[in-house]
Amino acid sequence: MEIDWFPLWLSLRVAVLATLVALVIGLWLAYMLANREFRGKELLDAAVTLPLVLPPTVLGYYLLVLLGRASPFGKFYEWLFGAPLVFTWQAAVVAALIHATPLLVKSARAALESVDKSYERAARTLGASEWRVFFQVTLPLANRSILAAAVLAFARSLGDFGITIMIAGNIPGRTQTMSVAIYDAVEAGNGAMARVLVLIVSAAAMFILFLANRLSPKQAA
Amino acid sequence: MINARIRKRFPAGPDSAEFSLDVEFRAASGITVLFGPSGSGKTMTLEAIAGFVKPDEGRILLDDDILFDGASGVNLPPQVRRCGYVFQNYALFPHMTLRQNLEFAAVCASKQRRPRLERHRKVNEMLEQFHLAEVAGRRPHEVSGGQKQRCSIARAMIGAPKALLLDEPARGLDAPLRTELYDVLRQLRSEFRSPILLVTHDLEECFALGDEMLVLHEGRMVQRGAPRAVFDRPANVEVARLLGTFNLLPVEVLALDPVQRTSRLRFQDRDLTGPYFPGRLKGDRVILCVRPEELAATPWDGKPGPNQVPTELVRYTERPHAVRLEFTGEIFAEVTRAEFDKHKHNREWVIEFPAQHLRIL
Repeated sequence: MEIDWFPLWLSLRVAVLATLVALVIGLWLAYMLANREFRGKELLDAAVTLPLVLPPTVLGYYLLVLLGRASPFGKFYEWLFGAPLVFTWQAAVVAALIHATPLLVKSARAALESVDKSYERAARTLGASEWRVFFQVTLPLANRSILAAAVLAFARSLGDFGITIMIAGNIPGRTQTMSVAIYDAVEAGNGAMARVLVLIVSAAAMFILFLANRLSPKQAA
Repeated sequence: MINARIRKRFPAGPDSAEFSLDVEFRAASGITVLFGPSGSGKTMTLEAIAGFVKPDEGRILLDDDILFDGASGVNLPPQVRRCGYVFQNYALFPHMTLRQNLEFAAVCASKQRRPRLERHRKVNEMLEQFHLAEVAGRRPHEVSGGQKQRCSIARAMIGAPKALLLDEPARGLDAPLRTELYDVLRQLRSEFRSPILLVTHDLEECFALGDEMLVLHEGRMVQRGAPRAVFDRPANVEVARLLGTFNLLPVEVLALDPVQRTSRLRFQDRDLTGPYFPGRLKGDRVILCVRPEELAATPWDGKPGPNQVPTELVRYTERPHAVRLEFTGEIFAEVTRAEFDKHKHNREWVIEFPAQHLRIL
């Protein structure tokens, strides 16, 4: 049996990129939600949680409208890069990002809030800027939990199906990720192919969960 | 010099009663102790000065700097207040060695990027001064409580703060470490020309360290003064109760004699002679406030003399230097170990109230 490895590599590439971007965005949002008081905080919190509860197809539809070739953002992107965003592998990154970021924000916020306030207060009385407090005190003290969250976010990015198929499509060799390829294989009656891919994904997920558990701070530490 | 007027209200929450803090005080150089039971607002006062909590109204001055002013909306962030803060749990950064903890503080404190070498020298100097040089390379969880304590003080001092705030620094330290800490703080007081504010609920700590003592109760300042003065003359029953070492007995003023400088008080069914109490009236029902060690307890010999009250022993408690006796009517007295051993089988005793020690509140 000939196995096409492209979906696996594409999924990994998409997941790594999405996790990195989600880390940056997620940490920033988590920091804002954990430390700052501002108008519309509740609203932002709800908006961040929304992708966790909305059906992926609904999210995909929104994204299609927001990022499509006719939308202002789509036009801007096309002007900037000379090609549309939708139905490219980059769109799959956006899809994975939408899928992974809410989870990361939730866990990162909990991790940041679990850091004993007296450490941050101590750093402030010593004259440390908020920037320094965050990067040299809060983040190092929360890094294990945040790493664990990032690993879970990676697993989630790996598995997105609904949003990906709406905005990146199912173009073999270009935008076809693992989840989509499995669906495709089953649809085409290629049971052997589907089984192999499913086993690979399952093994990867097991490994990732194991890693995340190892990273989570021990209770008695 | 700290000059503070702090007001803050907390509405009642699901698991807390309404609380309001309303204090006003000045603290000059030397150690000023904020004394009070837990929940009296002493830590919150410290946090307001450091800038962790924002008062509703008031004004906080440190030397000539306005740290907070409710009326004009000034509220400096903790970073620029220049208050060294020593936390109850030390709050040493657990992911850094003791040296790195001090370096962190040294880097933050140097505004115009002091040269690396000079910072290094300063850190070494502090490590030496606080006897931490040998353990400088260890993380906080690898050193003793006393070393952590000294490191947290060194870290607070490295940036030359204009005030040092300590939140129950002796909590959780055993007796030898306490003594050591008191030595460190006394040394600091003699070298540091700025105010040191220390929060505690330990009366011995007040006496060991305090130049001045502010007594807080339920968010209010109820008395201030030198610890000795507060202890000798509690301003009211509340303070006497907080200090926790007084007999507080209800009496009635029977007579006042301004010429002889004496008074007569009715306690239970006996008359006591006391000093003259200016500003009191005959018939006033007041609280007699007298310390257990000021009372003389002797076995009952059948005929009470002047100022003596016969009573019965209820129980006794051994203390390090004496034995504390409790009599009916919640009267406590203290006698020496040897004295008590002679009469320990007596049920009936007589207590003498020496006239010169009687105060009323």
